[in-house]
This record gives sequence, structure tokens and C-alpha cells, in this order.
Amino acid sequence: MSILVNKQSRIIIQGFTGVEGTFHASQMIEYGTNVVGGVTPGKGGTMHLDRPVFNTVTDAVEKTKANVSLIFVPPAYAADAIMESADAGIKLIVCITEGIPTKDMVIVKNYLSSKDCRLIGPNCPGIITPGEAKVGIMPGFIHKPGTIGIVSRSGTLAYEAVDQITKIGLGQSTGIGIGGDPIIGTSIKDAVQLFMNDPATEGIVMIGEIGGDMEADAAYWIKENSKKPVVSFIAGATAPKGRTMGHAGAIIGGKNDTAEAKKQILRDCGVFVVDSPADIGKRMFEVIKK
Amino acid sequence: MNLHEFQGKNILKQFGVQIPEGIVIENPNDAVEAAKTIQSKTGTSIWAVKAQIHAGGRGKGGGVKIAKSLEEVKEFANSIIGMQLITPQTNAKGKKVYKVLIEENIYYSGEFKPAEFYISILLNRSRNRNMIVYSTQGGMNIEEVAEKTPHLIFKEEIDPTVGLQAFQCRKIASNFGLKDKAFKEMVTFVASLYKAYIESDASLVEINPLFKAADNRIIAADAKVVIDNNSLFRHPDISLMRDLNEEDPTEVEAGSFGLNYVKLDGNVGCMVNGAGLAMATMDIIKLSGGEPANFLDVGGSANAKRVEEAFRIILKDPNVKAILVNIFGGIVRCDRVANGVVDAYKNIGTINVPIIVRLQGTNSIEAKQIIDGSGLKVFSAINLEDAAALVKKVLN
Repeated sequence: MSILVNKQSRIIIQGFTGVEGTFHASQMIEYGTNVVGGVTPGKGGTMHLDRPVFNTVTDAVEKTKANVSLIFVPPAYAADAIMESADAGIKLIVCITEGIPTKDMVIVKNYLSSKDCRLIGPNCPGIITPGEAKVGIMPGFIHKPGTIGIVSRSGTLAYEAVDQITKIGLGQSTGIGIGGDPIIGTSIKDAVQLFMNDPATEGIVMIGEIGGDMEADAAYWIKENSKKPVVSFIAGATAPKGRTMGHAGAIIGGKNDTAEAKKQILRDCGVFVVDSPADIGKRMFEVIKK
Repeated sequence: MNLHEFQGKNILKQFGVQIPEGIVIENPNDAVEAAKTIQSKTGTSIWAVKAQIHAGGRGKGGGVKIAKSLEEVKEFANSIIGMQLITPQTNAKGKKVYKVLIEENIYYSGEFKPAEFYISILLNRSRNRNMIVYSTQGGMNIEEVAEKTPHLIFKEEIDPTVGLQAFQCRKIASNFGLKDKAFKEMVTFVASLYKAYIESDASLVEINPLFKAADNRIIAADAKVVIDNNSLFRHPDISLMRDLNEEDPTEVEAGSFGLNYVKLDGNVGCMVNGAGLAMATMDIIKLSGGEPANFLDVGGSANAKRVEEAFRIILKDPNVKAILVNIFGGIVRCDRVANGVVDAYKNIGTINVPIIVRLQGTNSIEAKQIIDGSGLKVFSAINLEDAAALVKKVLN
């Protein structure tokens, strides 16, 4: 078992024939992911990577029965691409694009609130169920099928956690990178809830960072509903106030969104917090074996 | 992107927001001419001379002066332009002032009692919607107001489907306790301010004080406008407002090579791929007994050219006693990055600080062999834990 994506997922790529889309679609296919086609407006009717290209997501859904879409569209057009997928009835939309204006995402988020779908991202590495489906840009080989659910706001830091979990012998049920922007589709809490309800997930790694109150939201929910151990690292203890640290969302505003404040809230809610990112795997191994 | 007060006000004005009549100058010799022009338009014989830097609390550092004669305008312009302005929001060195804004005095006397309010528009991240935050307690530090008298802070959320509605503007004017002309002016002001916020893709518009003059005009006495960097591709006019004088020259140079660099005050430099891992690496440095000297994200393609530029930038900082390179090679192959590190090292010539290179991911073992066999003063590691131990070792 896993969450959101598996062997049966039928995946299309928006921005299929572009440089990024082509490279990552090839990697996904090589991993064994069920990529059923792609969308590039104006190139409908052609073939790319031995798969059909469509002009619109609606066409693609009709012909391929796709239920997952992965977006590699440039920032100026990405918001439109997300809404197109939602309108076409795609159930899971994963948006990799970095640099979408916040104003566009306010509109997207509002639009999606009346649709029956889930968005992951934008500005994220995507989602992977090891051995079944890699829907994103993460390196497939560091993952191993297993029992730990991983949710992270950061890409390479998620890889770090995945790698440690693999090397310590536990492996992942599913790994989700939710993205570093101020407005994203799936929150840490959303992902934690999905993992709590997934019978194949025995423990959860939650990687947060400075800025916003998503980690605290998840922590309060965990306190009330936790059935599984949660190990967490919060990046940015040494980040200066008021500066954007790469991710647009990673900026310390008020006093409750510093790394220290977040860690304290997490500890108070029963989460196993590690101060060093080098200890994520070890700590999970300890708590899961208890 | 942060804007100067005069730039922010110029944007607001385009959307009908009332601002004081003002002229920005760089040369103190233009001060009197500017003051006279403002006088001919408004009749004022008192002017505000305001330093234009990207930091608040300018008045506290002597960067805002009220001139009661043309001589004083000249005198204040002379003293403020070129000064090193230290405010509660700058560091101890302060910021050099290159420009001043000369404005008409809006604190004139008249029929009604003047008042200072506060208003800002920003994203409410937990609700994914924009909101207007406002208070009758203007002209002071809003964080303090929020802490001491939270009941005096009001919030109005905007529904993205329909945008800001007239009734919401009326609610705000009413909560400010206004009536008659001031009420009507405030309704228009709020609507215009929101339009400016949306149309210019701002991430923050803050007016403090929002001023009610003695003739009941509603005027933005100050303006802090921050534009969403991600939106600049559709605002070429605003992109041109970027002031490199306000930025760290090394950060600007790093940006031109596609490196995301933030200078810090510590002794261990770092070079990392990915923002989250970069922050985590800074944390590791601290836990190993050092202090991070910078944040540096080399991005997805950590090729030799970029690695070399990153080294050069980190080494400009004389406080750097060691450098930790932490690359999680996903799709990028570690052996290529390792070759890049070796080439960069050789191109730079002499590097007098120890370098710790941690390469993890595809071909990490080959990468370690390349580093170890290079004969350079470079320590290599594969696991993060080992890298942390090496940092500790070189610092001792």
C-alpha cells in the first residue's frame, strides 16, 4: 500500500515535449512509471517517447483515462495548466514549476476549492511510491519500498531523509515533496493525515523549515490523532530574520515561525524532533523499533 | 523586491491613491528648485526631507527632517544625502543615503483634527487569501500595537472570486471612526490601494501613517511596497526600479551567476544544492561548533563553472575559516561534480582554508575517490554525519 500514486496510476505530463518534460518523463518511464501520454498545445496528434501527445488535458483524459497529471509548464502559464487539469477531471495534479506568482496561486487555490482534486506543489520535487510510480524529478534509485512515509517542504533535504531511511533498512511507503512556496496545494498536515490512514505506513518523517505555521498545524493534529511515530527536522535554525532563504516561503516573519518555536511546538505535541539533519534515519530507526 | 518610498508612492499614485506632492533628488544642489516646484503646486512653505533607503525607522536615525525654509531644505538635503543612516532596522553600520524625497508638509492646521492610522495589504498564508490589516493606532510600530492592544487591530479578508467589495471599504472607514468627507475619501483610498496591490503583484503594501489631514483629505504619508519577485517577468517597468545600492555587492554578483547567496556573519562557508538542504547545512555547521558564513544554493546543475564562481564568492569573505560543500547529487552525477570541484580548485590557484566536500547520490564512491586522489587540501565525505565530524575536526 501507499498513498496517492501506485502502479495503477495513469499519468500524463503537461509540458511533455519541452526539455524538462522530456528528460523527466524519460526518467519516470525508465523507473517503470505508467506514463500514458502528454499535453503540449499545438502538438496534438503526434507521438513523443512512444506516447501520444494531446492539445488539451481534456483530450488526454478522454483518450487515455489519465487520473494524474505532472506539470512542467513555465511559471507564466503554470497556473492556467493547473486549472486546466482540474477542469478536465484529473484527481491528482503535481506541479513542479518554480516561480509562479503568488497572485496566480491565490486564484488557483480558490478555483480548486470547488473541484474534486488534490494539488501537490508547486515548486516541489513531486511524489514517489518506491517500486511503483515516480511522479516527479527526484532520483529514483535512492528510494526503496518500505514502511516510512516522508513529507518535506524541501527537495534535496527530502532526498537526504529518504537516503538515510533507505540506508538504515526501513524504506518508504511514499515520499511527498509538498513545495516551498507561500501557497501550495497539499499541506504537511494533509500529507500526515494520509499517512496516518495508510495501513502500510508505520512511521512518518516530517521535514519542515522556517516560515508559516504549517508545521504547527500538523503538530496539533498529530497530538490529537497520532497512532504512529513522527520524526521531524526543521531547517533554518541559523537563518537570519526577514531574509528569504531560497524558497519564497522560507522567511521568518513573526516570532512563532522560527525553527526554535516550531521545534518546541512539535515536541510539546509528541513529535520526535532531531536538531541535526544527519540524525533523521537513526532516530526513526530507534523509535520504530520500540 | 523591496522598493523605496518614492517608488512605492509613484506606483500607488497611478492607481489613484493620494500621496503628498513630492520630488526625489540625488544632488543636494537640486533641493531648493524641487522645494520651489512643490511650493508652486501646493502653496506649502514647510517641507519634509526624507532619506530613501530600504529600512524603516528612518526618523529615529535622523533621516527625516522638517524644513521650515528653503535654506533648511538645502541644509537638510546636504546633510542627509551621503550620510550613513543607522535605524532600528539596519545593521550597526547603517546604510548610505543616495537620494532624498522632498515633500509638501501635510501636517498643516485646519478645520478638523488630524489623525494617523495604519493600513496594510498582504497574503494571509494560512487562508491562502489576501487581507487588509488596519488600525486606528497609526504612526507607530505595528508589531507593538498588535502585542499590547490586539483589539485595536482589524482584519478584512478578500474573497478571490469577487475581489474587494465596496461594503468592505465602508466597514474599514467606519471602524476608523470617520464620517462625511473623510469617510468617502477613505472608501476611495482603500479601493485604490487594493487595486494597486493586485495590479502591481505586490506581496506587501503598508501605509504607516495613513494620514487624515486637517481638511479631511486621506493621504499615504509613507509607503512600504514589496513586489513578488516571481511576478517581475510581467512588470518590466517595476523591474527597472531595482536599486543595487541597497543590496550586498557580493550577493548581486552571485545572482548574476545564478547562485542564490546570502551573506552571514559566521566563519564556515557553505555551498549546497537546494534551499532546504542549504539551510540544513548551515544548521549542521552550527551544531559542529562553527557559525555559517553564508547561505548558498548552487541550484540543480552544480557544474564546474558554477562551483568555481561559488568558491570565489565564498572566499571573498575574510572571516571564512573553512568551507563545507554539500551536494546531494540526484540526477546530477557526483563524479562530475567532484571533477568540477577539483577543476575549480586548480583554476583558483591557492585556497588557504580547508575544504570539506560531501557528495552523496549517484556515483558517490567514485566521486570520493576523485577528491581523495586529487592531492588537494580537500576532505571528502559521503554521509552527512561524517561531513559534520570533519567540520568539527578542521575547526579545532
